[in-house]
Amino acid sequence: MSFFSYAWDWLSQSQQWQGANGIPTRLVQHLVYTGLSLLIATLIALPLGVIIGHAGRGGSAVVSLANVWRSIPTLGLLVLMVIILAFSIATWLVPLVVLAIPPILVNAYEGVIGVDRDLKDAARGMGMTPRQVLLKVEIPVALPLILLGLRTAAIFVVATATIAAEIGLGGLGRYIIDGLATNNYGEVAGGAVLVVALALAVQVSFVGIRRLVVPAGLRQGAAQT
Amino acid sequence: MIWSWIPDHLGLIWQLTVENAYLGLVPPLVGLIISVPLGIVCVRWGWLYPPVLSGTSIVYAIPSLALFVALIPYTGLSDTTVIIPLTLFSLCVLVPAVVDGLRSVPEPVRQAATAMGFGTLRRLVQVELPIAAPIVIAGMRVAVVSSISLASVGQLIGISSLGYLFIDGLQRDFPTEIVVGMACVIILALAADLLLQGVRALLTRWQRGDADVATRRVLTRLTPGGAR
Repeated sequence: MSFFSYAWDWLSQSQQWQGANGIPTRLVQHLVYTGLSLLIATLIALPLGVIIGHAGRGGSAVVSLANVWRSIPTLGLLVLMVIILAFSIATWLVPLVVLAIPPILVNAYEGVIGVDRDLKDAARGMGMTPRQVLLKVEIPVALPLILLGLRTAAIFVVATATIAAEIGLGGLGRYIIDGLATNNYGEVAGGAVLVVALALAVQVSFVGIRRLVVPAGLRQGAAQT
Repeated sequence: MIWSWIPDHLGLIWQLTVENAYLGLVPPLVGLIISVPLGIVCVRWGWLYPPVLSGTSIVYAIPSLALFVALIPYTGLSDTTVIIPLTLFSLCVLVPAVVDGLRSVPEPVRQAATAMGFGTLRRLVQVELPIAAPIVIAGMRVAVVSSISLASVGQLIGISSLGYLFIDGLQRDFPTEIVVGMACVIILALAADLLLQGVRALLTRWQRGDADVATRRVLTRLTPGGAR
């Protein structure tokens, strides 16, 4: 049997779609974990990255942060948290937020510092105050990179929330972890399909957000990112 | 923390580190072998690049655990089940790096090579690829570090790596083991990163300064490659 036929058999059973362990409940949980972590991380990292980029200092520290971040084994961090703190909201929220910060921070920094000098000079020449330069020129021009950072963080949080099922978190990862534990491959496959669908939906929604908020003049040039 | 656990288990730690290094290093290497020709093709026939890029960014969004378990019916519980997804993830970083690298070759340089009588292949091997090297290596750094870190997730389906220390530590409620596992993953990743920086310094002694800025740009654009 192929992966998809296992997944289909499991997904098409009506009992999977109701109750406390049902797909709608698990999906909502996953969305709440992801949204909450992403929101807190953004509130911390976005202003910080923009300010550091605007000031133009601390760049190398920011970039090495990104490098160390990539090497942190998230599974290890999650199990360590649950052993030290026992399972609570902080056990999963703290790692998810902390780990979602670097991509947002680095991209905001790199986006703002990468704004063409001539552009800033022109803005100042037109009589804009430093604050206006930041809000009307630097941030809009940096927007494609800022969104890229948010997207990276979102992808990361969706995936890590899946792995966090190992330490007892709800969400769609439950099906994979529980299915593996009980040798029920149908459940594992069904869970994997749901996780992939969610991850792709998040990806698509970022394409939509980008279309809405990035000024038309910038979309062309930044198409590569 | 019970530090005496460490000297008593050096053999195990070493064995897991080697396994983790294998699972973490093979995918970026295979990825490099695939992405160089793929990147060259994408630069040559530009219309190919957008669909390839969309393809890799879709793959990139998929959580590693979901890909691991999806391969179980086909490759069983073998190393391949971890290596294939990690190779796909490294392509998401390496293909854009190769394309960006090749596109960073200044047009006058290309023309000069042609004027000196270089054919397409020789120009590619002797001029374009060396100029692209720093950016490709920057991509390799991202791919290697995240792949080493991600390999430990394979432990959830029973593929042995330093992740064993996480799961075993969790079951035995033993933080020392988990801390040691994390430290080994991070050291292994940063050591591989350092090695690649060394390779880059050796390969591109003629290129200083500017390349660092270019590399940094690419690194940020490729911030993807995080540990899922």
